[in-house]
Amino acid sequence: MLKDITFGQYFPGNSFLHKLDPRVKILSVILLIVWIFMANHILSYALLLVTCFAMIFMAKLPFKTVFRSIKGIILILLITALINLFMTKGQGSPLLDYGPFTIYEEGIWRAVKMFLRITILLVMTSVVLTYTTSPIALTDGIERLLSPLAVMHVPVHDFAMMMSIALRFIPTLIEETDKIMSAQKARGADFTSGGIVKRVKALLPVLIPLFISAFRRAEELATAMECRCYRGGTGRTRMKILKLHISDGVFLGALILLGVGVILVNAYAGAIVGF
Amino acid sequence: MSNESVIKTEALTYVYGEGTPFYRVALHDVSLSIKQGSVTGVIGHTGSGKSTLVQHFNKLLRPNSGKIYVSGKDIWEKSEENGKICFKVGLVFQYPEYQLFEESVEADIAYGPKNMGLSDSEIALRVRKSMKLVGLSEQYLGQSPFELSGGQKRRVAIAGIMAMEPDVLVLDEPAAGLDPRGRSEIFGGILRYREETGKTVVIVSHSMEDMASYCDEVIVMNRGEVYLSGGTRDVFSHAKELSEVHLDVPQITSLMGKLADIGYDVPRNVLTVEEAADILTKILGGGKAC
Repeated sequence: MLKDITFGQYFPGNSFLHKLDPRVKILSVILLIVWIFMANHILSYALLLVTCFAMIFMAKLPFKTVFRSIKGIILILLITALINLFMTKGQGSPLLDYGPFTIYEEGIWRAVKMFLRITILLVMTSVVLTYTTSPIALTDGIERLLSPLAVMHVPVHDFAMMMSIALRFIPTLIEETDKIMSAQKARGADFTSGGIVKRVKALLPVLIPLFISAFRRAEELATAMECRCYRGGTGRTRMKILKLHISDGVFLGALILLGVGVILVNAYAGAIVGF
Repeated sequence: MSNESVIKTEALTYVYGEGTPFYRVALHDVSLSIKQGSVTGVIGHTGSGKSTLVQHFNKLLRPNSGKIYVSGKDIWEKSEENGKICFKVGLVFQYPEYQLFEESVEADIAYGPKNMGLSDSEIALRVRKSMKLVGLSEQYLGQSPFELSGGQKRRVAIAGIMAMEPDVLVLDEPAAGLDPRGRSEIFGGILRYREETGKTVVIVSHSMEDMASYCDEVIVMNRGEVYLSGGTRDVFSHAKELSEVHLDVPQITSLMGKLADIGYDVPRNVLTVEEAADILTKILGGGKAC
């Protein structure tokens, strides 16, 4: 069913990570990405991996749910790892030499590194941002972070509003699609058999009502907003004012320490060839 | 109406969103039977599982456990003669007018029969027949369904299912959001379908008044379970049990119940105002207007 798509879905909760300021979370993700790309030692990756698990634990997320977000790209991960494994040329003699397939020690390390890099990146971003931040909080955070751009006449508020509305209506439209599909199935529509032309044709009875209802919703929403005197961002106050708490500072501080740790490990631990 | 059941369920259980925080048991151990030729009402509060239940009747949802029989056959058992169950059990969704998509009323109503593989002449015949049932004159045949009023759109959508001539016509809140006149027109069409074809009708609703005036049998759902079921009169005589699940009996039934409470000799299972008027005039002695 369409409803089962979970990648990037908010997982409601009340944990430490859920309560962090969305601005802090966005900044943390940027920091984490920098740390991950700076890390070039197996110990740094161990450090990041531990942080990763700690975050899942802090967010009180079931591992199953987190794992599901990787499942979708497991193929890409494996292909990346394999390409790195076979394509990396090393200085020593190859560990395995079989026709076009040659494996050097550097290749193994590089494959492991790439695999860890992407996995950690994806898991951390989804744990810190998508799973624990509601879409509304996220756009709020983005709007506040980008607000300095308003000086340069960038319509930050309008972009943020468009984003909130789009995000808000994704589940509604998915639900609507589900409903219309069921309704047409009840009239004998068949979406699963036949060639590509037949299948696309079979979708028409779903797409037409869906578009009509999307336009209807858009019009109703616009009217409702105008009725409440919406005139864009200028002079608009907010219901939820974002405030920084001590916990936000602690979280950012911990991340900066993690970065220092990564840099120190890079500089002082013995180098591993190719990593 | 015979005593034979056309739809039967056994210990039906359905769970939404297994393994997510949105996990919810929608149906729990539902066993019921719907009599051939009856107008059966399924009633319950929002979230009581009534819409989920009827989507099991035509194979749209697969139960986590339990069995569903349509005309005595298990619909999930693999067999050729099973055929397309959706043509046997026609389901009209809530707000069915949002599923209209064709250029003309005729083409839209013909969509279902066309999927059944009927001949063109048969389809044309069925389209006209079902339009007559729902009370739309033939002048609408070539019109775009999007130019019609809300009530008319709804009737076109219902005619689209009726044209498949299902053995069981299931309607989820067929009169939701319509004015009283629109409601009675819709229900009139539904009853005509039963009258003229002798087939079974299942109506899902939360309006006790509608149930009382149109249904022979009522199934009351509460939190995914069957709470009460039986003949309309029997069910509505359980006013106390119904109010426990926040369902009210029709006002006139409630009034008669109160009269019985304070000692008048009146039945507790009165369903319509006319019926009550008859009984009360008898009690008041002779029926002279005062």
